[in-house]
Amino acid sequence: MHRIILTRLAQGVLTLLLASIIIFGATEILPGDVAEAILGQSRTEEALATLREEMGLNRPAIVRYFDWLGGMVQGDLGTSLATKRPVADMIESRMWNTLRLALLAAAISVPLSLALGLWSAMRAGGRVDKTLAMTTLALIAVPEFFIGLILMKVFAVELKWLSASANTRPYFDFWQNARALALPVATLSFAVLAHMMRMTRSSVINIFTSPYMEMAALKGLPKRRLVVLHALPNALSPILTVIALNLSYMVSGVIIVETVFGVPGLTRLLVDGVTLRDIPLIQACAMIFGAVYILLNLLADVLSIMANPRLRYPK
Amino acid sequence: MSDILTIKNLRVEGRPPGGTYVPIVKGVSLNVAKGEVLALIGESGSGKSTISLASMGFARPGCRISGGEIWLNGRDIMKLSPHDRHALRGNEVSYVAQSAAASFNPALRIGKQVIEAPLWHGAGDAATLTATAVDLYRKLDLPNPDTVGNKFPHQVSGGQLQRLMAAMAMSCGPDLLILDEPTTALDVTTQIEVLKAFKDIIRDQGTAAIYVTHDLAVVAQVADRILVLKNGEMVEEGPTAQILHDPQHEYTRTLMAAVRPAPHLVDHVDASAAQAPVISARNITAGYGALTILSDVSVDVPAASVVGVIGESGCGKSTLARVVAGLTPLREGEIKLDGKVAAPSVKDRPRDTLKDCQIVFQMADTALNPRQRIGDILGRPLEFYQGLKGRARLDKVGELLELVDLPRSFASRFPGELSGGQKQRINLARALAADPKVILCDEVTSALDTVVAAGVIDLLKTLKDKLGVAYMFISHDLSTVASFADEVVVLYAGRVVEKGPSKAVFSPPFHPYTKLLLSSVPEMRQGWLEGVADTGEAKAASAGSVVIGAKGCPFSNRCTHVISGTCDTVAPPLRVLSDGLEIACHLPTGELPDRGL
Ligand SMILES: Nc1ncnc2c1ncn2[C@@H]1O[C@H](COP(=O)(O)OP(=O)(O)OP(=O)(O)O)[C@@H](O)[C@H]1O
Ligand code: SF4
Ligand SMILES: [Mg+2]
Repeated sequence: MHRIILTRLAQGVLTLLLASIIIFGATEILPGDVAEAILGQSRTEEALATLREEMGLNRPAIVRYFDWLGGMVQGDLGTSLATKRPVADMIESRMWNTLRLALLAAAISVPLSLALGLWSAMRAGGRVDKTLAMTTLALIAVPEFFIGLILMKVFAVELKWLSASANTRPYFDFWQNARALALPVATLSFAVLAHMMRMTRSSVINIFTSPYMEMAALKGLPKRRLVVLHALPNALSPILTVIALNLSYMVSGVIIVETVFGVPGLTRLLVDGVTLRDIPLIQACAMIFGAVYILLNLLADVLSIMANPRLRYPK
Repeated sequence: MSDILTIKNLRVEGRPPGGTYVPIVKGVSLNVAKGEVLALIGESGSGKSTISLASMGFARPGCRISGGEIWLNGRDIMKLSPHDRHALRGNEVSYVAQSAAASFNPALRIGKQVIEAPLWHGAGDAATLTATAVDLYRKLDLPNPDTVGNKFPHQVSGGQLQRLMAAMAMSCGPDLLILDEPTTALDVTTQIEVLKAFKDIIRDQGTAAIYVTHDLAVVAQVADRILVLKNGEMVEEGPTAQILHDPQHEYTRTLMAAVRPAPHLVDHVDASAAQAPVISARNITAGYGALTILSDVSVDVPAASVVGVIGESGCGKSTLARVVAGLTPLREGEIKLDGKVAAPSVKDRPRDTLKDCQIVFQMADTALNPRQRIGDILGRPLEFYQGLKGRARLDKVGELLELVDLPRSFASRFPGELSGGQKQRINLARALAADPKVILCDEVTSALDTVVAAGVIDLLKTLKDKLGVAYMFISHDLSTVASFADEVVVLYAGRVVEKGPSKAVFSPPFHPYTKLLLSSVPEMRQGWLEGVADTGEAKAASAGSVVIGAKGCPFSNRCTHVISGTCDTVAPPLRVLSDGLEIACHLPTGELPDRGL
């Protein structure tokens, strides 16, 4: 078990490393660099050369990469080339917006999808189940950004109930915040809700129709005891896995939703970084998204191992 | 008479998803007295399980008990409140299911599940009940009776788990025990221990029992009376000896006729003149991950002949088929199909090679896509292998269906609308669509009941004669293999221990393991079980379990003939005896087991 976790962690670190190399390489290959981006159209060759010298851009790419990596390993995210501010500070001020979005969406979608999944499993084949199945299938088929745009058109543009921009201000009161955040949170929730619900439903049905549940019923146990004592311990593993996997899926969802609704979060920072060829900033944002994704996936694996007696107690 | 259970005119209805209720059990009456075992026999779908569950007042989801009386210990349980009815289950009546592996909750410790029912019904506290359970484990000859309850279901073997389920059913001291095919999923060698355990415990506790099975030889060992069912109706009922030896009803006679004689009593096919092999597997070593299952296995399948592969569960029979088909890559060795060396992986094999060698699996159900019509299921390989389209494809689908004795109209059906035997015929037809030289049949009849299985075997024979196709026929049912195969390979723990013409393998001299297998096949003779369970061979065999990758002879931990110092250190090579028979055993030819069958 420990070995599995350690190998998976090592694999995760390796993946991140590989990703950082690819991102670094890609940014190098793109035409232009941060000096050109800062000086803009009105640059002179001398000014460019001086700025490059100042920023250390004249050093070979390998040296600059290992420079960055060395800082990263020591927990130093580096300094933004474009703004000269520490990357950590820039991220800190934006992180909260992204985190708030993801946490709110998770807080809504996880309980809701578990409840709906359980409900349709209990009434499998019934009207509720069929309606939910149709709706979720439709939701899965539509990409997130499209859902976002539709919600925006209906609730912000036509009905004017909610705000199309998720830009919150410190002086906003609760309702203003809610109006601003409702649409992005809803879009992000929709992105994972359908999938999570369907997976919950199928794993619960699987358990309910298993011979060991029939066996338990034939012992004369009441329904409540069946569900709590016999079904739940088996449902835990698949359900936890479903949750962790979907939260990791949210990482990509967040990027799309932030872009559609103009949330001033990590995505905006990442996009700015790319426009300015600000490598330390790009790398830091990419590493955060990547690490969260990998950790959540690892968590899914660990949870499913922990909840599975076959793996917890080998022969 | 002291009847524990009396059922009068029971009617049960079932509703297929989205359909309306149709009768499943149509007015069956029966009674079981204290200490008596009543067997319910009949083909699948005849309502055996439904009736036995109904005797607990229980109906599966989608079914309902629609009429009749069920008297248990002097009360009509259909007149009880649901609460009182629940109170009977796991208390006065308990249930043993077909697959212990599936019926134990994987997330809970065994001991907890064993005492759960009596604990819930207030028969005692956990400590006393556990002590009683440990006594039961001991009576059932389970290894480590004191600690086995602390294990999880996956930590004990299938045979042990089946006995633990018997303990679970007995732990509440029931008046009526219901056993639904409790040994069907077991190997013949394990079946003996389990049957013996059931029989002893029923005798000791004077419990009444309903025993559901389709294996008549098993019935002969355990039942006092037999009730024959067909389509939810009673066909015949009588004492075991009478039903087995003097059946009155036509249908019962068909059932008896479908029983195959013991493997060593079969008229064996005479091996025909040697043909060029269509499959030639040489020195195969293969496994999964770090695990090596098959080691140094060589098997030839001559054209237009049947090679049977037998051995206990987990010995690598399916792995062999998968390696030949290229589904599991081999580590060492070589496979030739129709004389040409075949790539180890199915991905690298050209279409012609794929076409020559087709595989049919045990689970007829899962092998067919439920959303495709039969016409498409058969049409796709026709298009892939023979390039048939449109009209020609349609015609050929019809021909294939006729070839497997199904009406052409089945092309428009979905797999869900077919019975188990019909699905297996479709699987065969799909393999035939490629016009193969050889078909690998992995337990193709194991999930079918005797009558239907006999039909499938007859079909296989006809196809062989008509099309000249060869089979590698994998089965744990020795009688079927004996009657059908030209040659037989006996696998044990991933190695070939004996092979040769059927006749030679199934007659003395035997490899000690072959001997054990043969003497474990239940016979119709009443009293056979007691005789065989007491032999030293059976005891030694149940003491050990299969060890894959042993250093010496893999069978040495279960063999009564073991030569210590030799057998446990040196693996015996296959050596050729007379008439093409090969045996891997250190015993000199004269000392190999011969008599006693
Ligand atoms: N995919 C797999 N991964 C790991 N181990 C496997 C896998 N498939 C089979 N095994 C193991 O390989 C061994 C041989 O399996 P195989 O299915 O060939 O046995 P078998 O003789 O066909 O048994 P049965 O009669 O139960 O079908 C068993 O110990 C089994 O647990
Ligand atoms: S080699 Fe030895 S242990 Fe193996 S079967 Fe022969 S006598 Fe028994
Ligand atoms: Mg198998």
